Amino acid sequence: MPEEPQNIVVCRCEEVELEEIREWIDKGYDTFDELKRVLRVGMGPCQGRGCRDIILREISRRTGTPIAEIPCGTFRPPVKAIKVKVAAKGGDR
Amino acid sequence: MRETEVLVIGGGPAGLSAAVEAASHGCDVTLVDSDLALGGQLVKQTHKFFGSEAEYAGTRGIKIAKILFEELEAAKDRVTVLSNTTANGFYPDDGVVALVKDEEEYIRLRPKKTIVATGAMERLLPFPNNDAPGVYGAGAIQTLMNVYGVFPGERVLMIGAGNIGLIVSYQLMQAGVEIAGIVEFMPKVGGYWVHAAKVRRLGVPIYLRHTITDAIVEKGVVAGAHIQRVDEKGRPTEEIRKIDCDTICMAVGLIPTAEILWQAGCKMTYVPELCGHVPQRNAFMQTTNPNFWVAGDASGIEEASAAMVEGRISGISIARALGRIQGEAFQERYLELWQRLSNLRAGEVGAKIRSGLEKCSNCGCDWGEEA
Repeated sequence: MPEEPQNIVVCRCEEVELEEIREWIDKGYDTFDELKRVLRVGMGPCQGRGCRDIILREISRRTGTPIAEIPCGTFRPPVKAIKVKVAAKGGDR
Repeated sequence: MRETEVLVIGGGPAGLSAAVEAASHGCDVTLVDSDLALGGQLVKQTHKFFGSEAEYAGTRGIKIAKILFEELEAAKDRVTVLSNTTANGFYPDDGVVALVKDEEEYIRLRPKKTIVATGAMERLLPFPNNDAPGVYGAGAIQTLMNVYGVFPGERVLMIGAGNIGLIVSYQLMQAGVEIAGIVEFMPKVGGYWVHAAKVRRLGVPIYLRHTITDAIVEKGVVAGAHIQRVDEKGRPTEEIRKIDCDTICMAVGLIPTAEILWQAGCKMTYVPELCGHVPQRNAFMQTTNPNFWVAGDASGIEEASAAMVEGRISGISIARALGRIQGEAFQERYLELWQRLSNLRAGEVGAKIRSGLEKCSNCGCDWGEEA
């Protein structure tokens, strides 16, 4: 892969490109949750299903840390986007 | 608040098998699936299965789904099916699983035991213009073509020569779609020889030791791709080739879907052979959270035959944990199932799976043996 990442979309939900992710990894943001906080990766409708794997591989490639040792983020509910009015009702107690 | 004895999350081969097995021993089961219809990947698998006779070798995936649906129908007194229903979160404080049905109804369900059979998601590759219309995952192509009868494109470049890439290429050709070529990073075809031979006989070039460098976009849609030869160390070479195509299909692997397992606090381990983070499990497919079992691709990427047996193993083990079956009756069935699973994983084909499982299985059953 050549190092000229034009228009390589990694997080489709939040439209974050590879170049931007690489810049932040090189600044030391080398866990998934740190990148999530600065870039919103993994915060869209798919909740990281499309981008998490690519981002962990990229962190591993740039820092030399094996993927197994990279914190891959916290998985909170909801797993899938839901309408606020549905959540507000909160279901039958 | 609703209650159920056994919650099965996912109605694919693993979840269906788990549900009918648990119900057959007298458990009350709730089976939820996020799709409109049950069956998971089986409903788009128009090819005949390999594997073993006990797991329907020689039968097409769509027919296997029908067999499992019949079993489910026979067990309908004990199984509540909720389709178009997502298990949206697990809350450890009160043991409630939040379900969202039809995107409108929020259901709080408290199961005694849960089987996570959530399957997998597709791996995607980052390359320039990967977000252009015309770039698909192989699962999406199969859904369009085999479930909905929609023509995905005129001329497809397939990325990945594993079984999925080879089978989907052949199915596309059966539907009258041209395959511009199959690109494979590794020096040899990853899928079974018989699948590769089928597409080669039809004149499809397989570009080994090649990778996609970018999608060519004209008027906002895919109009081609560049592929590049890599050397024996996987480094790019000067040799770049332009491929004409209107569709690029990625078949470069799957990743276990594991959100609920993380939320349940199950101990997770990254196992490359199983393609991602997977839960530690014992020989009953029980995780380190004693109320959570796992089966199928969510426990590591394998194939549907193994997923069905794992589903049955988790189903009968939960029945035992609930006191519905024990002693010799349990042992006989349980050992038979394990034998079937071992048969599927025997030999050279299963070597990678076996080595992956060593990293996340605790067959000594140090934990969670509740029954």
